[in-house]
Amino acid sequence: MKVDLRINGARHSADIEPRKTLLDALRENFLLNGTHAGCEHGVCGACTVLLDGEPVRSCLMFAVQADGYEITTIEGLAPAPGELSVLQDSFCETHGLQCGYCTPGMILAAHALLQHTVTPSRDDIVDAISGNICRCTGYGQIIEAVEFAAARLRIANTPQPHHGALHRATAKHDAPTEGVPEADEADEPIVEAK
Amino acid sequence: MKPAPFDYVRPGTLAEACELLAGDEDARVIAGGQTLVPMLAMRLARPAKLIDILRLPELAGIREEAGAVVVGATTRQAQAERDPVIRKSVPMLARVLPWVGHPPTRNRGTVGGSIANADPSAEIPLVAVTLGAEIELATTDGPTSMPADDFFIGPMLTTINLGDCVSAVRFPVWPHRRIGVGFFEISARRSDFAFVAAAAQIALDEDDCCIEIALGVGGVGDRPLRLDMSALIGTALDPAAVADAVHAAAGELDAMSDLHASAAYRRRVASVLCIRALEQARANASPESAGGAR
Repeated sequence: MKVDLRINGARHSADIEPRKTLLDALRENFLLNGTHAGCEHGVCGACTVLLDGEPVRSCLMFAVQADGYEITTIEGLAPAPGELSVLQDSFCETHGLQCGYCTPGMILAAHALLQHTVTPSRDDIVDAISGNICRCTGYGQIIEAVEFAAARLRIANTPQPHHGALHRATAKHDAPTEGVPEADEADEPIVEAK
Repeated sequence: MKPAPFDYVRPGTLAEACELLAGDEDARVIAGGQTLVPMLAMRLARPAKLIDILRLPELAGIREEAGAVVVGATTRQAQAERDPVIRKSVPMLARVLPWVGHPPTRNRGTVGGSIANADPSAEIPLVAVTLGAEIELATTDGPTSMPADDFFIGPMLTTINLGDCVSAVRFPVWPHRRIGVGFFEISARRSDFAFVAAAAQIALDEDDCCIEIALGVGGVGDRPLRLDMSALIGTALDPAAVADAVHAAAGELDAMSDLHASAAYRRRVASVLCIRALEQARANASPESAGGAR
């Protein structure tokens, strides 16, 4: 069956048997091996991907059902080749992974949470990753990683409408107090500026 | 863990879906697939054809009607969980939805799918039976409906016929001003299958007197059961009267026994959770509360 999918912003087509899960199609047809196959029956969360920004288990849907959605896999989170997203980097910083098998699923589940709020409570984080099993970390460092990422996103220099107070403080702090030409001086070219 | 081969069809209309279902014994409906796909993966189910109803426009959406909120069968559980109409008018459904699976399964799993699947420990069927919801069905002869209590007949068993498809669930809306809900469940770990679940909804008048009451248990028998609490109507729901009424009703429950919990354990826990759910419902029915959906 011909299937047209939109994965990480790019269009992909393939001839896929109806019984093939989205998970297997991502790995075998599109070579996106970052999505991990764990239990293959919806228990472990290793295969989590985002459909229109919301986490779902890619082993619990067939590739033929996935047309029309914007699918995001772990390969779609990095801002540029060789770079890590803030959340991915936080997992490294806090030792939020050991064997790494659950990590793509954990990161996508947490990424969706942080798209909704950059001030998640510990309970929000626990709930967001409650469908993802990790057998190495004991979850402590994973929760720490998400908290750390949320804190970094809060202070990052990006628009966050819900944090106006924080923004104003940052703007004041960042405003240079010296070296800003007054309007009348600004008409003259400033040679040193080169 | 790979499903056996099947044909995949995505009909354009509900009538077409019913025709396809009626004409093929080996055809199954797929919507969210959060229970069916694991069954396929483990080859506990081997349908020859899957009929995908998830995108049928007739099955989508939540609408308010006189005295009821009608939830389309393909409404995602996560969507229902966030819906302001459900929070306000069917607070018991809003209260239980966070206990249905995990966030990723609720993003795909549907309200109608949970009803059609009829797991005895599932929360949405429990709410449907407890509140006396109507299950709306699309059939080859047109739409029909039946009370939830008649729809569920056993574990994963419903009265649905070949060619029928659950189209919506009609949850009754209580007209009273002071409504409170309570819900508790016991499971091995959060969001796992409930050994016992209890859901309660009460309405109080200005004098804190109970004027309407609904109480149900899930996971105890082979289907969700509503308990008769009519003896408590007109009372102030004092703890001794609540305990007496619950013990009288729960003592007769036909409980199942399995490797997780014995029948005696289930009956005992059912009584305790029923009392707690009623207490929570009464506490939530304060004058300012919106039913305690949160």
